[in-house]
Amino acid sequence: MRDRTLWTWHILAGVVILVFLGLHMTIMHLNGTFPTFNNPFGGEAESWQNVAARMKSFFFAVTYVVMLGAALYHGLYGLRNILLELNPGHGLRRTINVALSVLGLALFAFGAWVAVSAPGVASRMGG
Amino acid sequence: METRAHPNRLGIWGWIGGGRWGYERYLYALHRVTGLGLLTYFMLHIFVTSARVFGPESWTRAMSAVSGPFFKVGEYLVFAAFAFHAVNGIRLGMIELGFAVGRPIEPVYPYATSVGRQRPLAIVAMLVAGALAVWGGYNFFFLD
Repeated sequence: MRDRTLWTWHILAGVVILVFLGLHMTIMHLNGTFPTFNNPFGGEAESWQNVAARMKSFFFAVTYVVMLGAALYHGLYGLRNILLELNPGHGLRRTINVALSVLGLALFAFGAWVAVSAPGVASRMGG
Repeated sequence: METRAHPNRLGIWGWIGGGRWGYERYLYALHRVTGLGLLTYFMLHIFVTSARVFGPESWTRAMSAVSGPFFKVGEYLVFAAFAFHAVNGIRLGMIELGFAVGRPIEPVYPYATSVGRQRPLAIVAMLVAGALAVWGGYNFFFLD
Protein backbone atom coordinates (compact mmCIF):
# COMPACT_ATOMS: atom_id res chain seq x y z
CA MET A 1 0.00 0.00 0.00
CA ARG A 2 1.23 3.49 -0.76
CA ASP A 3 2.79 5.39 2.12
CA ARG A 4 0.52 8.35 1.45
CA THR A 5 -2.56 6.21 2.15
CA LEU A 6 -0.98 4.78 5.31
CA TRP A 7 -0.09 8.31 6.44
CA THR A 8 -3.69 9.50 5.87
CA TRP A 9 -4.92 6.60 8.03
CA HIS A 10 -2.35 7.58 10.66
CA ILE A 11 -3.80 11.11 10.83
CA LEU A 12 -7.41 9.85 10.87
CA ALA A 13 -6.54 7.34 13.61
CA GLY A 14 -5.07 10.28 15.57
CA VAL A 15 -8.40 12.11 15.37
CA VAL A 16 -10.27 9.00 16.57
CA ILE A 17 -7.81 8.62 19.47
CA LEU A 18 -8.14 12.29 20.35
CA VAL A 19 -11.91 11.88 20.80
CA PHE A 20 -12.07 8.48 22.52
CA LEU A 21 -8.86 8.66 24.56
CA GLY A 22 -9.90 12.17 25.60
CA LEU A 23 -13.17 10.65 26.83
CA HIS A 24 -11.30 7.78 28.51
CA MET A 25 -8.88 10.16 30.27
CA THR A 26 -11.78 12.33 31.43
CA ILE A 27 -13.63 9.34 32.90
CA MET A 28 -10.60 7.66 34.47
CA HIS A 29 -8.36 10.53 35.52
CA LEU A 30 -10.45 13.69 35.76
CA ASN A 31 -13.03 11.99 37.96
CA GLY A 32 -12.19 14.49 40.70
CA THR A 33 -13.64 17.22 38.48
CA PHE A 34 -16.40 15.05 36.95
CA PRO A 35 -17.18 12.54 39.74
CA THR A 36 -20.21 10.82 38.20
CA PHE A 37 -19.40 11.18 34.49
CA ASN A 38 -19.75 7.53 33.44
CA ASN A 39 -18.83 6.49 36.98
CA PRO A 40 -22.42 5.82 38.13
CA PHE A 41 -21.38 4.67 41.60
CA GLY A 42 -19.06 7.63 42.18
CA GLY A 43 -15.75 7.27 44.00
CA GLU A 44 -12.86 5.49 42.29
CA ALA A 45 -13.26 5.23 38.51
CA GLU A 46 -11.46 1.87 38.59
CA SER A 47 -13.65 0.32 41.32
CA TRP A 48 -15.24 -2.95 40.14
CA GLN A 49 -18.79 -1.50 40.32
CA ASN A 50 -17.95 1.38 38.00
CA VAL A 51 -15.88 -0.85 35.71
CA ALA A 52 -18.68 -3.44 35.51
CA ALA A 53 -21.25 -0.72 34.74
CA ARG A 54 -19.12 0.46 31.80
CA MET A 55 -18.43 -3.13 30.70
CA LYS A 56 -22.19 -3.73 30.27
CA SER A 57 -22.53 -0.69 28.03
CA PHE A 58 -22.75 -1.32 24.28
CA PHE A 59 -21.29 2.16 23.67
CA PHE A 60 -18.16 1.36 25.69
CA ALA A 61 -17.72 -2.09 24.11
CA VAL A 62 -17.78 -0.55 20.62
CA THR A 63 -15.62 2.47 21.44
CA TYR A 64 -13.01 0.31 23.22
CA VAL A 65 -12.59 -1.79 20.07
CA VAL A 66 -12.45 1.29 17.82
CA MET A 67 -9.94 3.00 20.11
CA LEU A 68 -7.88 -0.18 20.41
CA GLY A 69 -7.56 -0.48 16.62
CA ALA A 70 -6.89 3.23 16.11
CA ALA A 71 -4.29 3.46 18.90
CA LEU A 72 -2.44 0.31 17.81
CA TYR A 73 -2.35 1.47 14.20
CA HIS A 74 -1.32 5.04 15.08
CA GLY A 75 1.37 3.94 17.53
CA LEU A 76 2.87 1.10 15.52
CA TYR A 77 2.84 3.10 12.27
CA GLY A 78 4.61 5.93 14.13
CA LEU A 79 7.19 3.44 15.42
CA ARG A 80 7.62 2.08 11.88
CA ASN A 81 8.31 5.59 10.56
CA ILE A 82 10.99 6.15 13.21
CA LEU A 83 12.62 2.78 12.42
CA LEU A 84 12.52 3.33 8.64
CA GLU A 85 14.27 6.68 9.07
CA LEU A 86 17.33 4.65 10.06
CA ASN A 87 17.45 3.47 6.43
CA PRO A 88 17.29 -0.30 7.01
CA GLY A 89 18.05 -2.59 4.09
CA HIS A 90 15.27 -4.20 2.04
CA GLY A 91 15.20 -7.41 4.10
CA LEU A 92 15.17 -5.63 7.45
CA ARG A 93 12.52 -3.20 6.22
CA ARG A 94 10.32 -6.15 5.27
CA THR A 95 10.95 -7.77 8.65
CA ILE A 96 9.93 -4.53 10.44
CA ASN A 97 6.73 -4.33 8.39
CA VAL A 98 5.78 -7.95 9.06
CA ALA A 99 6.76 -7.90 12.76
CA LEU A 100 4.81 -4.72 13.53
CA SER A 101 1.78 -5.93 11.56
CA VAL A 102 1.74 -9.28 13.38
CA LEU A 103 2.22 -7.57 16.76
CA GLY A 104 -0.61 -5.12 16.03
CA LEU A 105 -3.01 -7.78 14.82
CA ALA A 106 -2.26 -10.08 17.79
CA LEU A 107 -2.79 -7.27 20.33
CA PHE A 108 -5.96 -6.18 18.52
CA ALA A 109 -7.36 -9.73 18.53
CA PHE A 110 -6.65 -10.12 22.25
CA GLY A 111 -7.97 -6.67 23.23
CA ALA A 112 -11.08 -7.04 21.06
CA TRP A 113 -11.81 -10.45 22.62
CA VAL A 114 -11.63 -8.82 26.06
CA ALA A 115 -13.93 -5.94 25.04
CA VAL A 116 -16.48 -8.26 23.39
CA SER A 117 -16.46 -10.73 26.32
CA ALA A 118 -16.74 -7.99 28.95
CA PRO A 119 -20.54 -7.37 28.85
CA GLY A 120 -21.29 -11.07 29.45
CA VAL A 121 -18.79 -11.26 32.32
CA ALA A 122 -20.21 -8.12 33.94
CA SER A 123 -23.76 -9.49 33.70
CA ARG A 124 -22.77 -12.88 35.17
CA MET A 125 -20.56 -11.57 37.95
CA GLY A 126 -22.58 -8.51 38.85
CA GLY A 127 -21.51 -4.99 39.56
CA MET B 1 10.87 3.63 -1.87
CA GLU B 2 14.67 3.54 -1.82
CA THR B 3 16.54 6.20 0.12
CA ARG B 4 20.28 6.74 0.36
CA ALA B 5 21.86 6.16 3.73
CA HIS B 6 23.67 9.11 5.30
CA PRO B 7 26.05 8.74 8.24
CA ASN B 8 24.60 10.14 11.45
CA ARG B 9 27.56 12.38 12.26
CA LEU B 10 25.76 14.24 15.03
CA GLY B 11 24.90 11.08 16.97
CA ILE B 12 22.08 11.28 19.51
CA TRP B 13 22.30 15.11 19.48
CA GLY B 14 21.26 15.04 15.84
CA TRP B 15 18.00 13.46 16.90
CA ILE B 16 17.30 15.35 20.12
CA GLY B 17 19.09 18.69 19.71
CA GLY B 18 17.19 21.65 18.33
CA GLY B 19 20.27 23.58 17.25
CA ARG B 20 19.47 26.33 14.79
CA TRP B 21 16.08 24.71 14.08
CA GLY B 22 14.89 26.11 17.38
CA TYR B 23 11.90 25.58 19.60
CA GLU B 24 9.78 23.47 17.23
CA ARG B 25 12.58 20.95 16.84
CA TYR B 26 12.35 20.18 20.58
CA LEU B 27 8.60 19.74 20.18
CA TYR B 28 9.37 17.25 17.39
CA ALA B 29 11.75 15.29 19.65
CA LEU B 30 9.29 15.41 22.56
CA HIS B 31 6.45 14.29 20.27
CA ARG B 32 8.46 11.17 19.42
CA VAL B 33 9.53 10.47 23.00
CA THR B 34 5.97 10.84 24.32
CA GLY B 35 4.63 8.77 21.41
CA LEU B 36 7.00 5.89 22.14
CA GLY B 37 6.22 6.14 25.85
CA LEU B 38 2.46 6.09 25.24
CA LEU B 39 2.79 3.12 22.88
CA THR B 40 4.78 1.13 25.45
CA TYR B 41 2.28 1.98 28.20
CA PHE B 42 -0.69 1.18 25.96
CA MET B 43 0.58 -2.31 25.07
CA LEU B 44 1.06 -3.11 28.78
CA HIS B 45 -2.32 -1.50 29.59
CA ILE B 46 -4.08 -3.93 27.22
CA PHE B 47 -2.82 -6.85 29.32
CA VAL B 48 -3.35 -5.28 32.75
CA THR B 49 -6.94 -4.22 32.03
CA SER B 50 -7.77 -7.60 30.47
CA ALA B 51 -8.07 -8.82 34.09
CA ARG B 52 -11.66 -7.54 34.04
CA VAL B 53 -12.86 -10.52 32.00
CA PHE B 54 -11.80 -12.89 34.80
CA GLY B 55 -14.09 -11.25 37.35
CA PRO B 56 -13.95 -8.83 40.29
CA GLU B 57 -11.24 -10.67 42.28
CA SER B 58 -8.90 -10.75 39.31
CA TRP B 59 -9.61 -7.08 38.58
CA THR B 60 -8.99 -6.02 42.19
CA ARG B 61 -5.74 -8.03 42.27
CA ALA B 62 -4.55 -6.40 39.03
CA MET B 63 -5.39 -2.91 40.30
CA SER B 64 -3.61 -3.61 43.60
CA ALA B 65 -0.52 -4.66 41.68
CA VAL B 66 -0.37 -1.28 39.93
CA SER B 67 -1.21 0.95 42.90
CA GLY B 68 1.03 3.03 45.16
CA PRO B 69 2.96 6.28 44.74
CA PHE B 70 5.31 4.94 42.03
CA PHE B 71 2.44 3.94 39.74
CA LYS B 72 0.47 7.09 40.57
CA VAL B 73 3.34 9.28 39.40
CA GLY B 74 3.81 7.00 36.39
CA GLU B 75 0.12 7.29 35.47
CA TYR B 76 0.33 11.04 35.81
CA LEU B 77 3.31 11.10 33.44
CA VAL B 78 1.19 9.11 30.95
CA PHE B 79 -1.60 11.69 31.32
CA ALA B 80 0.84 14.60 30.81
CA ALA B 81 2.40 12.81 27.80
CA PHE B 82 -1.08 12.36 26.33
CA ALA B 83 -1.89 16.05 26.89
CA PHE B 84 1.30 17.12 25.12
CA HIS B 85 1.09 14.56 22.30
CA ALA B 86 -2.59 15.31 21.61
CA VAL B 87 -2.28 19.11 21.54
CA ASN B 88 0.99 19.05 19.59
CA GLY B 89 -0.62 16.53 17.22
CA ILE B 90 -3.48 18.98 16.57
CA ARG B 91 -0.87 21.67 15.80
CA LEU B 92 0.95 19.35 13.40
CA GLY B 93 -2.31 18.37 11.69
CA MET B 94 -3.31 22.02 11.27
CA ILE B 95 0.07 22.88 9.75
CA GLU B 96 -0.11 19.87 7.44
CA LEU B 97 -3.47 21.14 6.19
CA GLY B 98 -1.98 24.59 5.60
CA PHE B 99 -3.44 26.44 8.60
CA ALA B 100 -1.39 28.99 10.54
CA VAL B 101 1.57 29.01 8.13
CA GLY B 102 0.40 31.91 5.95
CA ARG B 103 0.07 32.15 2.19
CA PRO B 104 3.05 31.58 -0.11
CA ILE B 105 4.84 34.90 -0.67
CA GLU B 106 7.78 36.25 -2.65
CA PRO B 107 11.08 35.56 -0.88
CA VAL B 108 11.94 39.16 -0.07
CA TYR B 109 14.56 39.95 2.60
CA PRO B 110 14.09 39.82 5.61
CA TYR B 111 12.58 36.41 4.83
CA ALA B 112 9.37 35.36 6.60
CA THR B 113 9.33 31.62 7.17
CA SER B 114 6.39 29.31 7.77
CA VAL B 115 8.10 28.21 11.00
CA GLY B 116 7.98 31.80 12.21
CA ARG B 117 4.39 32.24 11.03
CA GLN B 118 3.14 29.22 12.98
CA ARG B 119 5.06 30.11 16.16
CA PRO B 120 2.08 31.78 17.91
CA LEU B 121 0.13 28.55 17.31
CA ALA B 122 3.01 26.53 18.81
CA ILE B 123 3.09 28.79 21.88
CA VAL B 124 -0.69 28.61 22.36
CA ALA B 125 -0.59 24.83 21.89
CA MET B 126 2.03 24.47 24.61
CA LEU B 127 0.06 26.72 26.97
CA VAL B 128 -3.02 24.53 26.41
CA ALA B 129 -0.97 21.35 26.95
CA GLY B 130 0.52 22.85 30.11
CA ALA B 131 -2.92 23.85 31.41
CA LEU B 132 -4.23 20.29 30.78
CA ALA B 133 -1.19 18.83 32.58
CA VAL B 134 -1.78 21.12 35.59
CA TRP B 135 -5.51 20.29 35.64
CA GLY B 136 -4.68 16.58 35.49
CA GLY B 137 -2.08 16.95 38.24
CA TYR B 138 -4.61 18.65 40.49
CA ASN B 139 -7.04 15.75 39.92
CA PHE B 140 -4.36 13.08 40.39
CA PHE B 141 -2.73 14.42 43.51
CA PHE B 142 -5.35 16.55 45.28
CA LEU B 143 -8.86 15.38 44.30
CA ASP B 144 -8.31 11.64 43.77
